[in-house]
Amino acid sequence: MITVAWITLTAPLVAAALILLVTRTNKPLAAGLAILSSLISAVGGWAIFLSKTTGEFTAFNWVDLGDFTIPVGLALDPLSRTMLVIVTSISPLVFIFSLGYMKKEEGYWRYFAGLALFLFSMLGIVLANNLVMMYIFWELVGVSSYILIGHYFQKDSAADAAKQAFLVNRIGDFGFMLGILLLWLATGSTTFSLVNAPNDSGPLHSIHLLLPVAVILFFCGTVGKSAQFPLHVWLPNSMEGPTPVSSLLHAATMVAAGVFLLARIFPLVEASPVAADIIAWIGAITALGAGILAIGQDDIKRILAYSTISQLGYMVTGAGLAFSAALPMFHLFTHAFFKCLLFLSAGSVIIGMHHEQDIWKMGGLKNKMPLTFLAYMAGMLALSGCPGLSGYFSKDLIMSYAWESHRAIFWVVVVAAGLTPFYMARQALVVFFGTPRSDHAKHAQESPAVMVVPLLILAIPAVIAGWPLFQHIFFPPDFGSLEEPHVPFFVPYIFLSAFVLGIALAVAIYRNPLNDPLRIPILQHRFYIDAVYDWAVANIQGGFARLCSFLDRWFINGVLVQGTATVVWTLGFALRFLQLGNLQAYALFFGAGVVGLIYLLLR
Amino acid sequence: MPTLANYLIASGLLFAIGLGGVMLRRSIIVIFMGLEMMLNAANLSLVAFSRYGLVNGHQNYDAQVLVFFIITVAAAEVAVGLAIIVSLYRARQTTHVEDLDTLKF
Repeated sequence: MITVAWITLTAPLVAAALILLVTRTNKPLAAGLAILSSLISAVGGWAIFLSKTTGEFTAFNWVDLGDFTIPVGLALDPLSRTMLVIVTSISPLVFIFSLGYMKKEEGYWRYFAGLALFLFSMLGIVLANNLVMMYIFWELVGVSSYILIGHYFQKDSAADAAKQAFLVNRIGDFGFMLGILLLWLATGSTTFSLVNAPNDSGPLHSIHLLLPVAVILFFCGTVGKSAQFPLHVWLPNSMEGPTPVSSLLHAATMVAAGVFLLARIFPLVEASPVAADIIAWIGAITALGAGILAIGQDDIKRILAYSTISQLGYMVTGAGLAFSAALPMFHLFTHAFFKCLLFLSAGSVIIGMHHEQDIWKMGGLKNKMPLTFLAYMAGMLALSGCPGLSGYFSKDLIMSYAWESHRAIFWVVVVAAGLTPFYMARQALVVFFGTPRSDHAKHAQESPAVMVVPLLILAIPAVIAGWPLFQHIFFPPDFGSLEEPHVPFFVPYIFLSAFVLGIALAVAIYRNPLNDPLRIPILQHRFYIDAVYDWAVANIQGGFARLCSFLDRWFINGVLVQGTATVVWTLGFALRFLQLGNLQAYALFFGAGVVGLIYLLLR
Repeated sequence: MPTLANYLIASGLLFAIGLGGVMLRRSIIVIFMGLEMMLNAANLSLVAFSRYGLVNGHQNYDAQVLVFFIITVAAAEVAVGLAIIVSLYRARQTTHVEDLDTLKF
């Protein structure tokens, strides 16, 4: 089974390399290779999941310096098995959907090579058995997301968004790296099996004081990758990439990596209540803030981006509640399907609208794109927490746990849960209902089968993934407890009423307006967070850069480099006057020199 | 019977005349002759030292042998030097050092 795991991991890498080296000009072959590799991974992922293989498999030691070893190996446990299924099941659908979406785009092979590399990186994160290896793949995810977000690099906004995503992620990754170093310093190990050993016997004991610091540093990595406040700014901008990329980015890869990291080091989180509290609060603030911001967006993809941030906030909160690693992973599991579905539906709408993304130019698409509409509604209701659909179960669990431990966080999360149906219903009403608001909307057509079929396939897990049956299959007891906590009978009703209230309010406001009836400047400027960052980058970081440039130009270059050259040149210039060109003058110098030497020697 | 000092004075005069020739004359041929004269001045003092310097009461002929070597080498050097001067004259139609100032700044 371990061979299968290695094949699962490396198939996309091989595909990416082959596409890059061999099949540049051959479009069908490039796409075919990428899809084939994702299917191989999917089969491998399911095989591993069904075989329930557990254990750590070290292939070789990458670094072996006495006490310090960095193994290259795979860890198979309930967490990585379930995550493997999520990642490998969603990717082939996105790959196939891309066939239709990218049909008329430039850089076809580049796109599929990027997708395959992206899948490889994510699988690496899932399967790695130690933090250093995970960190390498973590960075690889950053690189491949950079390639994919900047796919339309001719557009300035896309190039900037790619750069921003990469740099913002680097900020978080720096914390992650410090966390790894700190943990290694304290425990001498980076493998998960040792790091996560039980509290009294494991090395955790020795770093009792440093533990919260280490966990917070790890959480920095999550904040970057999973776009938590205050590093969430890159995610909405990453919508510049092709829509299938957004879908993959938001569902199974990249942003899920941050939450996966928290689940991976969950014993550490559990052991440090202070850090767990901070994590839970950051998650709750993110869930609420991003939910509010989603109301003010006009771009169909940006709304979904903010909703992703909001849902990631839930997952992070779930991790911070420190009950079990299964809690955030369960929401990640359900969210992956319906968010992927929503993005692919949005992609289908965008193609139908000839690349128009402003929802206020859409309308009435329900009749023109019925299948997309169906898929979209399934995803939207699941995301909003409609009872019976997948999102309801996972959100309900997180909220029940929040009620038990953090009453304040519970109320924040409930408000966020009320916002979700509000902004999702707003989007659905404006896009699919009412009258068309532009010519494109009047003449929109259903997308081709290659795009619609993945949508309909995805709609099934989006609806059923949260049902108790699947909950038991994918989150077995050894994963972590998902027992419903004992909460007062009215708690689920609070959640339910938030859902109903959100939908009702959205219907009341957005039944059929031509323009956005709610135009709130602070939301459209995204709480001015982007503006503050712009200011900080332009002035603080820019000022520092100018200072460095000044020092470099005038001190390093002017004084040290040019100065040395000038001194030597001046000396040479002075000495060249001794070259008289007169033979006898040289003889005189020579004679004078000999006399001087003799005088010095015989003195 | 002349003393060692007489020889050395003669040698010094010879050297000074040769040096003066090298320093002051403009023709390369004459400078070359000045050089030879300085060489022979050195030879003269070597022979004189050999003649008057006794080692344990015996004559020491080492210096005189050295003089033969110097004469031989000088002959070879003159051959090379004259050849250079001839080819220089062919190239530049002059043997005056003032005209040979290409290396001047």
